[in-house]
Amino acid sequence: MRGSGRDSRRRAFRAAAAVTVTAALTLTACGGDEDTGGQRSGEVTVELPDLSGQHLEVAAVWTGAEQENFLRVLDEFEARTGATTSYVPSGDNVSQFVGTKIAGGSPPDVVMVPQPGVLREFAENGWIAPVGDLVQEQLDRNYTQGWQDLGAADGVQYGVYVKAANKSLIWYSTAAFDYAGVQPPETWDDFVDTAWTLWESGTTPMSVGGADGWTLTDWFENIYLSESGGEMYDRLAAHEIPWTDQSVTDALTTLGQLFGEDRLMEGGADGALQTLFPDSVTQTFLDLDSPDAAMVFEADFVGANITDSTDAVIGEDAQVFPFPSVDGGPLPVVSAGDAAVAIAPDGEASEAQEALLAFLASSDAAEIWAEPGGFISPNKSMNMDAYPNDVQRGIAEALIEAGDDFRFDLSDQTPAAFGGTTGQGMWQGLQNFLRNPEDIQGAQEYLESQAADAYGD
Amino acid sequence: MESGKAVIRARPWAVACFLLPALVLLGALVIYPIGYSIQRSLFDASGDTFVGLDNFQEIFSNDSIRHALRNNLIWIVVAPTVATGLGLIFAVLTERIRWATAFKLVVFMPMAISMLAAGIIFRLVYEQDPDRGVANAMLTTVHDTFSGTSTWPDAQPRPDGPLTVQDDGSYLLEQPVTAGTPVLLPLVAVPQPELSDAEPAATAATDPGQVTGTVWMDFTRGGAGAEGVIDPEEKALSGITVEAVRDGEVVAAAKTGDDGTFSLPAEADGAQLRLASDSFTAPYNGAEWLGPDLITPAIIGAYVWMWSGFAMVLIAAGLASVPRETLEAARVDGANEWQVFRRITVPLLGPVLGVVLVTLMINVLKIFDLVYIIAPSSSQADANVLALQLYLSSFGTGADQGVGSAIAVLLLLLVVPVMIVNLRRLRRENKR
Repeated sequence: MRGSGRDSRRRAFRAAAAVTVTAALTLTACGGDEDTGGQRSGEVTVELPDLSGQHLEVAAVWTGAEQENFLRVLDEFEARTGATTSYVPSGDNVSQFVGTKIAGGSPPDVVMVPQPGVLREFAENGWIAPVGDLVQEQLDRNYTQGWQDLGAADGVQYGVYVKAANKSLIWYSTAAFDYAGVQPPETWDDFVDTAWTLWESGTTPMSVGGADGWTLTDWFENIYLSESGGEMYDRLAAHEIPWTDQSVTDALTTLGQLFGEDRLMEGGADGALQTLFPDSVTQTFLDLDSPDAAMVFEADFVGANITDSTDAVIGEDAQVFPFPSVDGGPLPVVSAGDAAVAIAPDGEASEAQEALLAFLASSDAAEIWAEPGGFISPNKSMNMDAYPNDVQRGIAEALIEAGDDFRFDLSDQTPAAFGGTTGQGMWQGLQNFLRNPEDIQGAQEYLESQAADAYGD
Repeated sequence: MESGKAVIRARPWAVACFLLPALVLLGALVIYPIGYSIQRSLFDASGDTFVGLDNFQEIFSNDSIRHALRNNLIWIVVAPTVATGLGLIFAVLTERIRWATAFKLVVFMPMAISMLAAGIIFRLVYEQDPDRGVANAMLTTVHDTFSGTSTWPDAQPRPDGPLTVQDDGSYLLEQPVTAGTPVLLPLVAVPQPELSDAEPAATAATDPGQVTGTVWMDFTRGGAGAEGVIDPEEKALSGITVEAVRDGEVVAAAKTGDDGTFSLPAEADGAQLRLASDSFTAPYNGAEWLGPDLITPAIIGAYVWMWSGFAMVLIAAGLASVPRETLEAARVDGANEWQVFRRITVPLLGPVLGVVLVTLMINVLKIFDLVYIIAPSSSQADANVLALQLYLSSFGTGADQGVGSAIAVLLLLLVVPVMIVNLRRLRRENKR
């Protein structure tokens, strides 16, 4: 479609622009609070076509504050291209939403897909279009190969992971750590010792949101990734090794050091099984003087729960440390995220869709998005100063520094019947394990039988 | 009757015209879906392959569906009976009181709330934390009124420390004590804010004629202290009963003072020391309503709360038509109120009670919303009922509408006998 000569000219221009921008950002770093409109006219890292008169509909799961923050990005896109945009919340089940819309003949133009599995499914159905040169260029500049591959199916690049979640974090109450005089642990053994010291000091160490099965799968994934390594993790995700494997036994045994001790969990195992994820956060940070629990494990979005439903200040009352390494393994980095894809049942993305994907993949968009907080970008070339506080910045840096040594949430890679359904598969299997941590073999057999059903072998 | 038959014979097309709209509606909205469900239940998940009765075999071999079936049986026996029983009691009692209408209004009011809203309400009522769940708030209040609360419910010995936890909740020092050597009884895990008013722990005086010692929180705020040593900033645990036990008998007892020290008379020499359990009893936390064991009774409770008002109103209407003279006659004959109720009122109300029971049974068979909303996901499997399983099988991820349809057919088969009973009764009553 596009002449290669024109392309290389653009590339040269953009390289020059990038240098200018780096300089400009160094000068204006920390001035991030100003309104975005005209302020950034000189800091363009992506060349967008004039799209006056065109309209784009964007769908994503975000609502509330997350939606507001994303709308800032769309506003900037409108200002730069002259196109108009509208935003539709898709509800939790994106694939059902898109399927219905396509059947109805009026699909949204760009959709944010959370699971790589769903993205592949869309590609197989021919619902989404491969990215063009404009987007690929942004991807090459701003994304590592690992993050690019997550948006690809059968070697064809379809999507751009515009938003990431770092799921290897443990949030803690600084008051509880002060009482006990402990420091954030770096290894799992330290972590267990720290938990016992916290218990002695009078604060229940962990808050576990076991009523939501997915928090338990994230526990397992972090331990498994650190203990058995990325290669085994990938094989388990693809069900190339059975869940009855010794490596799973080891991970569950490690997890049992925590789940097997009622004293280490708020409410014991029974209480944890009734605790929903948002409650697991609030009971850690609601009472700042005598917290019900000292630590709570989950991704960076815990920050949003803390800000929304407690008085705790992130960075002062609430701090965060990376999930400890297990058995001398590397620090695990388990991530999740949302990929933007262009919906095009006829197989060809329009210029406007291309432009929006390219913009979302650019550092400009990432920086605007990052300013209000509650957002982590996998974009490696964006200016880290755009994050509003040290905690957010630290989380983002940990994710970027991991390079391609991260792994995507295992349960999101498995068939939904196994990795994402209440009352069955991994969710139920790990809840059974939390209820009865002695019975590792029984938990493994259950997981394997469920996996065999879900993968259809 | 005669003229009607004449019309049918004379102008059958006119009859057909009048019946057509009703038949079309009935066919499209009732008969066709039933037929399609039956057909669909004989095909696999994709709907392409005929599998015969395999889906029904799946229903009876799948554990979670069998569990749902069992729960449905509990529901159908317990819920209508309790709701009707309560309705009967309310109806009979409100006949006698002055504010009957107001009372009936209040009992009937839950009927005006949707199942969904009632589910959300009861999800909160059954919360584990007594500060949030009304049910447990009541239980704990009643419990604490009778048994009181303990002073240091969180205090526990270190897992590897000198004290061990006994079955009755007391803490025992295995090593026998000797008079003249102060004993150290370290405990941990008391929340720091609870210690803010406590005095610093003191080392007990050495007195050859007495067994002395200290009970204290062996953890320095900030973590600087050593284990098993009374460090300067460590706080005393006062008011704990220290018992000297020899051969299972308590030979002496004393309470710890404000500085954590205690002294026992010389008889305690050579005995074992035990910290009585009443200081450490964990606060009663109420029942685990949403846990696997109580979840079904708890949801039935919510259902009864909603529907006993319905039963009451129908029964009260029936009661109004019970002839007063019969009751009076019985009373004149010397029957007491209980006998009147048992022998006269209930038999006369029989048909009404039957209608209420059968209506509730049909209603209970399709119970879905309350179970879906009240049960947290970790005990959803234990609360499962057929209608919920139908939904989960048909529309969840990895949906199998074949199995879903099979469950629907099973539900239909379960409702049919109840329907037949109902129809028979109606016909009998019409004949009368």
